[in-house]
Amino acid sequence: MGVITYRDALNQALRDEMERDPDVFLMGEEVGVYQGAYKVSRGLLEAFGDRRVVDTPIAELGFAGVGVGAAMAGLRPIIEFMTWNFALLAIDQVVNSAAKMYYMSGGQVPVPVVFRGPGGSALQLAAQHSQAFESWYAHIPGLKVVAPATPYDAKGLLKSSIRNNNPVVFIEGEMLYNTKGEVPEGEYTVPLGKADIKREGTDVTVVCHSKTVSVALKAAERLAEEMDVSTEVVDLRTIRPLDVDTITQSITKTNRCVIVEEGWPFCGVGAQVVDDVQRLAFDHLDAPLIRVTGADVPMPYNKHLERAAKPNPDKVIAAVRQVAYLD
Amino acid sequence: MTESTQTATLDAAQRDFYHDLLRQMLLIRVFEEQAGAAYAQGKIGGFCHLYIGQEAVAVGAIATLAEQDTIIAAYREHGHALARGTSARSVMAELYGKLGGCSKGKGGSMHLFDASTNFLGGHGIVGSHIPLAAGTAFAARYRETDAVTVCFFGEAAVNIGAFHETLNMAALWKLPVVFICENNRYGMGTAMERASAVWNVYERACSYDMDEELVDGMDVLAVHNVVTRAVARARERGEPTLIEARTYRYMGHSMADPIHGHYRTKEELEEQKERDPIEGLRSQLVDADLLDEDGFATIRAAVEKEVQDALTFAEQDADPPPEDLYTSVYSD
Repeated sequence: MGVITYRDALNQALRDEMERDPDVFLMGEEVGVYQGAYKVSRGLLEAFGDRRVVDTPIAELGFAGVGVGAAMAGLRPIIEFMTWNFALLAIDQVVNSAAKMYYMSGGQVPVPVVFRGPGGSALQLAAQHSQAFESWYAHIPGLKVVAPATPYDAKGLLKSSIRNNNPVVFIEGEMLYNTKGEVPEGEYTVPLGKADIKREGTDVTVVCHSKTVSVALKAAERLAEEMDVSTEVVDLRTIRPLDVDTITQSITKTNRCVIVEEGWPFCGVGAQVVDDVQRLAFDHLDAPLIRVTGADVPMPYNKHLERAAKPNPDKVIAAVRQVAYLD
Repeated sequence: MTESTQTATLDAAQRDFYHDLLRQMLLIRVFEEQAGAAYAQGKIGGFCHLYIGQEAVAVGAIATLAEQDTIIAAYREHGHALARGTSARSVMAELYGKLGGCSKGKGGSMHLFDASTNFLGGHGIVGSHIPLAAGTAFAARYRETDAVTVCFFGEAAVNIGAFHETLNMAALWKLPVVFICENNRYGMGTAMERASAVWNVYERACSYDMDEELVDGMDVLAVHNVVTRAVARARERGEPTLIEARTYRYMGHSMADPIHGHYRTKEELEEQKERDPIEGLRSQLVDADLLDEDGFATIRAAVEKEVQDALTFAEQDADPPPEDLYTSVYSD
């Protein structure tokens, strides 16, 4: 067990899977010679050569489609988007080609492709570079959507995603690449579709994913120390399929729930969680669910405004106090 | 110069091959006529884009391919599936949305798939399938097989970004792919001249340092010659080609659209029918003493029987069971 960064955990997963399966290859902008825009693919060109680590022109729609076509022919492509903001140019291939192919071919043509790259906001990158698109892709039947929060999960979930027979949208946290955590060197995977309880608690359930897991954990720490509130932090890890069982089991215990996400509120991931919880755990709820989301605006550049637009521990604490009727 | 065989001498030793091309074009013609009739009766739903008039392109091109080669087409693809050998029964049943259809009734007219012949769709977004063809070609090169991919699309697809992004990568990476633009002159109701700054599609190849060919798309033997050369370049040297096949669609854009009207005249349509690909090959063969009236009638009768059998099969075949709604969303 070593302590490594989220970035290096992803790198290990790529390296392991490329060693394990000769049909796995990596394609995207700057993945090879430049060693990755965020250095996730560092050293892979040297290890596997340019047949399997393929630099592309800036043509997201085109190379995403090449990935889908290669997957239709039986390879297991990993298509890196420099960021998910740029992947909007390729969404036709993700939605109209990758997600639909297996169904509309009557089960003849699976598309085992992973689309991966960083999502969410970073620091003062402004409106076009600060977007969390999980709910967009999670809306689409045929896609799986994964958003890991820790180095351990990043490695294990990426390995599972590459081995999965379906198109997987794998959204990494741009602000998480430098975060560190314990990661086993040997073989392990984390299953898709299983949430993880990152902190156990008894008073309030906080549902979160990706970067907001650390926000929720910081809030939980202060809630425990300063307010004597015990918070259970449920990290979704996979957005689709959603692990509704783990969420409702936690709420059965706490009877209260706050949902945190970086994306916009309208039709967000939390909206889906609210729907599932009110149908499946209505009788266990002692308060309405409250969501903490990104502000419903394009991301501003100014750092004070940007801070105001993002979820933070103070906002989570306020929401927890509200569902616990502490104010 | 446009490749054409109208004045060429036919090779008597190739008689059976010529007859087979004629049979395939007739099969598509009769199949599409019957599909149009079934659509008019409400037995086929959705959008249904008929291939009548363009038969020489699919038949001439696909006859050049080997078993391991892949075909990716757009939504006017009934003819391509039939030319590749998908049975008339399973194509017609798919148009009817039946369980015995080649996509089990889940794809319909625009999404024919037959993995057993590497016929990988059947795609409904203009130009969106062009990168997929580069992807299957990439896979062939990756695995060091000598398989080639042939991609069919209309002339209206050449103004969309996916076309340009794909041609660039195919040339850059030397992918074994043949791009066949079926220029039928109209993107739905918009004439090429009203949508494109450059009217010769094949000239676009020079932007990507790619080989180009211009062929009379109503001349099945010319299409066969040109695609044979392009497939050889792809197979032997990994060099892609852009082919422009000038053809014409006799029907409306889809069965929901008028055959002529605001965007083209009845006179133009009648004039284009003088170039008919089936009549063209038939008269070439008759002139060369390689076909007589009885021979043609025999071919036509066999094709009509095959299409009638396909219609009967599609009529009688079962709908997919209700539980199929939720199958094949995800692969295990």
